[in-house]
Amino acid sequence: MNRPPIPRGPGAARHSIRRSAFIHAGLIVASFVMLYPLLWMLSGSLRPENEIFGGSSLIPSHISLDAFVRGWNGLQISFGTFFWNSLVISVLATIGNVFACSLTAYAFARLKFRGRNFWFALMLGTLMLPYHVTLIPQYILFLDMGWVNTILPLVVPKYLAVDAFFIFLMVQFFRGIPRELDEAAMMDGCSAWRIYRKIMLPLSLPVMATAAIFSFLWTWEDFFGPLIYLNDMKSYTVQIGLRTFVDSTGSSDWSSLFAMSILSLIPIFLLFLFFQRALIEGIATTGMKR
Amino acid sequence: MSTSIQLNKVVKAYGPLRAIKGIDLSIEPGEFTVFVGPSGCGKSTLLRMIAGLEEISDGDLLIDGERMNEVAPSRRGIAMVFQSYALYPHMSVYKNLAFGLETMGAKKDEIDRKVRHAAEILKIDSYLQRRPKALSGGQRQRVAIGRAIVREPRIFLFDEPLSNLDAELRVQMRVELSRLHQQLGNTMIYVTHDQVEAMTMADKIVVLRDGQVMQVGKPLDLYNRPANQFVAGFIGSPKMNFLPAKLAGNAGAAGEGATLEVAGTSLPFGRALPPALAGEALTFGVRPEHITVGGEAGVFLGEVEVQLVEHLGGQTVLYVSTKGGEMLTVVIDGQMRVTHGEKVALRVDPALCHLFNAEGLAIAA
Repeated sequence: MNRPPIPRGPGAARHSIRRSAFIHAGLIVASFVMLYPLLWMLSGSLRPENEIFGGSSLIPSHISLDAFVRGWNGLQISFGTFFWNSLVISVLATIGNVFACSLTAYAFARLKFRGRNFWFALMLGTLMLPYHVTLIPQYILFLDMGWVNTILPLVVPKYLAVDAFFIFLMVQFFRGIPRELDEAAMMDGCSAWRIYRKIMLPLSLPVMATAAIFSFLWTWEDFFGPLIYLNDMKSYTVQIGLRTFVDSTGSSDWSSLFAMSILSLIPIFLLFLFFQRALIEGIATTGMKR
Repeated sequence: MSTSIQLNKVVKAYGPLRAIKGIDLSIEPGEFTVFVGPSGCGKSTLLRMIAGLEEISDGDLLIDGERMNEVAPSRRGIAMVFQSYALYPHMSVYKNLAFGLETMGAKKDEIDRKVRHAAEILKIDSYLQRRPKALSGGQRQRVAIGRAIVREPRIFLFDEPLSNLDAELRVQMRVELSRLHQQLGNTMIYVTHDQVEAMTMADKIVVLRDGQVMQVGKPLDLYNRPANQFVAGFIGSPKMNFLPAKLAGNAGAAGEGATLEVAGTSLPFGRALPPALAGEALTFGVRPEHITVGGEAGVFLGEVEVQLVEHLGGQTVLYVSTKGGEMLTVVIDGQMRVTHGEKVALRVDPALCHLFNAEGLAIAA
């Protein structure tokens, strides 16, 4: 049925445009304020060193990519090595985290074993334990094992499901998958392992993606862990590499620092760009049956 | 190649709570057995115990004479159709059917042959490549049954498989399931709370209540000779009418049997009753379809006032109240002109009436 449009006065249209313009202006200003530090860093990496702390303007007097070249090659070790180290640690840690946490979560969500609730509560308890409390005992342990100055302390624990947060996230998600699917698979002759691999994993891709992305992000960004365990410059990660530009005693190469910082953001940016759908789905549907 | 099932004193206990209280039951090869009862009676639990999804706390489960209590579900030769269908949402219909066979390690061409055969039986071959999400309720139901068929099990278990379908489809699937049973000839156990499904499909009905068997028998035996008041009330729709009764006297010598006092009327029961019943509070039961209005047949039950009339066309359902205020349901074949508030005389055939003692057990006469 076609209904004639409700006549509206020119005043109403003008009012709506003004309102919309007002809202847009507000949002643009807010976005700019939030993006300003990032833009300032980008501009700092492209402008001459003496201009960086000179004013609040974002427009460089002239653009040069020198800082990128200087940053990449300026240290004894090329920044490419740092990127490679970061990538290796992050990828290995992510694989370990997703694999081990999902197995553990499957056990907590589905398998019956003695003291399940107790162990689950204990695992959740570790969520409340600050990293710094376990830092020294952990360091001593790894020192005794001869693992300091290798990537093992940063990677191996991830294969032992140490991230209670991800386990919790996955347990909630698994609980949302109807138990009758497990039972049907059981009647079909599946072992617990096959149910996990063929039924649970494919059905929980959103939560796996969420865990993988955060896992990668947090390992990539991690400064403290590599700082403690990696002493040799050859094994530095990007974050530790960035620190070497800032010298507390002498001069600091700020534009190189900014240039490399910009580069270090690129993998994270790409990750979000490609996986944001999966990420949003994972966060939105965790623990809920779709 | 049909298979028998034997339950010996089977118990399911959750801590001190006993959900299944020692059930003895034997199911003959090829029989279509229906477990029926109100919700919470333990019928699904019993089925899951046979499937192996619930542990058996005590007693024995024998399949073809072999004790199966500790045997894994997949090794019992059983396939189960779930209430929610439990189709794997990430797999196509074909994959859903093939999954069990793949798990068993069957060869690819054998899987393909069996899947296509099952799909043909159930007429689902045109949407083998679709995901369950893209199917209607009835189609999903067929896929779920297909998944059971491909494994060529000895026994089929159905856990309220039709309860998610609309009324029309339910009737259709009911017929198809009965046909499937005739075609395959396997032993099947079917759980439902719907006594119509039980009556129409079963070779044998097991009525359960509070984890105990109330009666086992053929559908018509349960209808004609309920062992107790619960079964009498559960089987048959509309429900059987119950009225409080007393033994008024035994005129054994004249051969006319006992006289009962029911709803203020003295009613010749036609059969002799044990004199020990004198003074006991009895319950008189008569099915709505066994009551007649007016006429000369049977014996006089009482004069009642019509409260509500439902005209179904083929039948007329009257809801009436006795002088004592008890409500009765009466089903009359055909159409009958009767209005609210009218007084009518009810008559019954004593041979079709039931009598229960104070414990609710049927009194054999």
